[in-house]
Amino acid sequence: MTAAITAADPMVPRVARVLRRRRNGPQVFTLDVEPEDPAPAFAPGQFSMLTAFGVGEAPISASGDPAEPGRLVYTIRAVGPVSSALTRLGPGDLLGLRGPFGMGWPMVEAPGRDVVIVAGGLGLAPLRPALYRLLAERARYGKIVLLYGARGPADILFRNEIESWRRRLDIDIAVTVDHAPPDWRGHVGVVTRLIARADFDPLHAVALVCGPEVMMRFAIAGLGEAGLADDAIYLSMERNMKCAVVFCGHCQFGTVFVCRDGPVFRYDRVRSLLAVKEI
Amino acid sequence: MSPTDSTQHAVVTPEGLQALFEALKRRNYRVIGPILRDGAIIFDDIASVGDLPKGWTDEQDGGHYRLHRRDDGALFGYAVGPHSWKKFLLPATQRLWSAERTEHGVAITPEPRPSERFAFIGVRACDLNAIAIQDRVLIGGAQADLRYQSRRQGAFIVALNCGVAGGTCFCASMHTGPKASGGYDLVLTELVDDGEHRFVVGVGSEGGGTVLAELPHRSAASEEVAAAEAVVAHTLANMGRAMYSDDVHDLLLRNLDHPRWDEVAARCLTCGNCTLVCPTCFCTTVEESSDLDGSRTARSQRWDSCFTMDFSYIHGGSVRATARSRYRQWMTHKLATWWDQFGTTGCVGCGRCITWCPVGIDITEEVAAIRGSEPS
Amino acid sequence: MEGLERIVKEHPFFAGMQNAFCDLVCGCARNVRFEAGQYLFHEGEPADWFYLLRHGRVALQVAVPGRGAVTFQTMAEGEIVGLSWLIPPYRWTYDAKAIGLTRAIAMDAKCLREKCEADHDLGYEMMKRFMPVLIQRLQATRLQILDVYGTPA
Repeated sequence: MTAAITAADPMVPRVARVLRRRRNGPQVFTLDVEPEDPAPAFAPGQFSMLTAFGVGEAPISASGDPAEPGRLVYTIRAVGPVSSALTRLGPGDLLGLRGPFGMGWPMVEAPGRDVVIVAGGLGLAPLRPALYRLLAERARYGKIVLLYGARGPADILFRNEIESWRRRLDIDIAVTVDHAPPDWRGHVGVVTRLIARADFDPLHAVALVCGPEVMMRFAIAGLGEAGLADDAIYLSMERNMKCAVVFCGHCQFGTVFVCRDGPVFRYDRVRSLLAVKEI
Repeated sequence: MSPTDSTQHAVVTPEGLQALFEALKRRNYRVIGPILRDGAIIFDDIASVGDLPKGWTDEQDGGHYRLHRRDDGALFGYAVGPHSWKKFLLPATQRLWSAERTEHGVAITPEPRPSERFAFIGVRACDLNAIAIQDRVLIGGAQADLRYQSRRQGAFIVALNCGVAGGTCFCASMHTGPKASGGYDLVLTELVDDGEHRFVVGVGSEGGGTVLAELPHRSAASEEVAAAEAVVAHTLANMGRAMYSDDVHDLLLRNLDHPRWDEVAARCLTCGNCTLVCPTCFCTTVEESSDLDGSRTARSQRWDSCFTMDFSYIHGGSVRATARSRYRQWMTHKLATWWDQFGTTGCVGCGRCITWCPVGIDITEEVAAIRGSEPS
Repeated sequence: MEGLERIVKEHPFFAGMQNAFCDLVCGCARNVRFEAGQYLFHEGEPADWFYLLRHGRVALQVAVPGRGAVTFQTMAEGEIVGLSWLIPPYRWTYDAKAIGLTRAIAMDAKCLREKCEADHDLGYEMMKRFMPVLIQRLQATRLQILDVYGTPA
């Protein structure tokens, strides 16, 4: 007797169709996709497993608006075979989709407090759903500060959107680049230097940090110097991931699984792990 | 005797054991047990009691495994070999799904749930604990590995109270053996020393009781029950190794930068043998395959090992690039972080990782070395 | 000049400094402004003045053959432009250019060095204020060198 496995099998993807593909920068593309079955809701900071059929599967954070039903958005940098294949998909192409998975940003803890978002490089993508949510429910929060660092001006994600947010008067935005061509008129220097310049109340603020691990370590140090407590800082971790449901063992980060206990962690809960090399 | 009364014990002969195999086959179980092949005692299909490694024992030490003749006809007179039951419950490779590109899109077909039902013969206490640990990992969380679940739920387990402690065994100090304490349908203790060759049988489930009732058996005499207890006591007293494990979680986690990791890394070949033979190691990876024109694709799962560089690869490099960090990951996971992740140890003291390590790295020795030289 | 004194005291760099030290420092200070595109100083020139920015933004640049003036850091309101005046041979190692209209307190470096030499308590006070700036710049430079957003080969 063989029992058919239903869609409840966590390892089996659903099929989704690409609606739109936009280029965001060198090797970085954003796909809007629509699952054939109704799209599962996701929380800001959660990720999905995306399959390029015949190539493989990779964890990708949702980067779209959590309030927009029926459409899931993923911003992908082509770095390996799977992510490269995914970024080559165009409108009408099909991909596999599992998830969403994991613990997202602390949208519940944040109301009433200032929110400082520190993003580096592609790290802005997993934070964008949080920004959408914050701006949609703007009155519930104190000051909102976005500090964003990219390698160079060409690498800045979501430029038009950042410009439209800048025109709002209820969010402070500072963008900096590590390397600038002569025609760049914005900030130059690492994103962590923006923290000291930002205006927020460190005793009543929560910080959301996402970017390369080294950048996050420096950013956390900067937020600490600015007066934020360790339990007011959240960061999104990245590890190798094959299953996203704890079976495969790959995303272990010391005592925790990034897929189950993260990817977003409160800093005080992983502080000791971040201090250990190669853990 | 009531078939489900676990306080009562029965006695069966080797012929009764044969009847057990037949009873299980009648129920469409695939009967798996120890057999001798290629110089080792492994697990595979057994047709009859004659397939069991009668009169053999093993000699085990760090990086060392040899078979010897015993001077009696014991059927289970050896410790565990390189195989564990995960070979059947969590196969080394299995397909998860296949997909076909059609005119209308892509159709994904999940691989059917396995229908095979296993009867495992001679599951030792360490391995019963290992199965319980894999249960927690693979079916005890928010999501269940449905394939593992099917195999696990269908399995019939005939446990064995160990009559021999191997040279690398340390279940006693891990509080996991040598006596089976649950998680079985029937449990055997082999009596071979004097008189008739026989097994004292205990019942662990209703199904076990029903099967036992079909076998030629008699009630155990109190001396036989005592003799069975003595077998376990003798095994307990002859453990090849010991690991004091009560403090090991904190001990390892406060010594992640102990110089001993460098010493063991200098010996470790990062071959991954320990992860293959370990009955609790559950890590897997996935592989994609496709036909030439890409219209049919499939995803398979296979065992992976934290000793490979690929295991922790994220764009640009591996998180654990050194042998030191990979050995540390394996050992601290087994003994420490497993507690944080799953509320249990990941080590059952079976000793396989010691025996099958090509350079004889000994997890009990590593723990002792760190405990004995903790920087103050 | 009372206005200047207030401005100096209000600058974050001198936050909480004793009045006596403030008076000494103010004697070396003056108010300056730079139009967009104007240089505060050039590489190789004597480091006679340094600047505490009050408004605007300043690009620190090094001329690289074939690439023109490469900006490696921008400084904003509340920050300090120029550290080379602290150590011999007191010469700038980069260009500093105002990106927009920039207002700053200019400090006479020679004046301040002499006062610090004469009054080591003042010197120590200044050192405690400069050292964190130096360390933060060093850390930022380290992170910048790592090129963390770079796509690995």
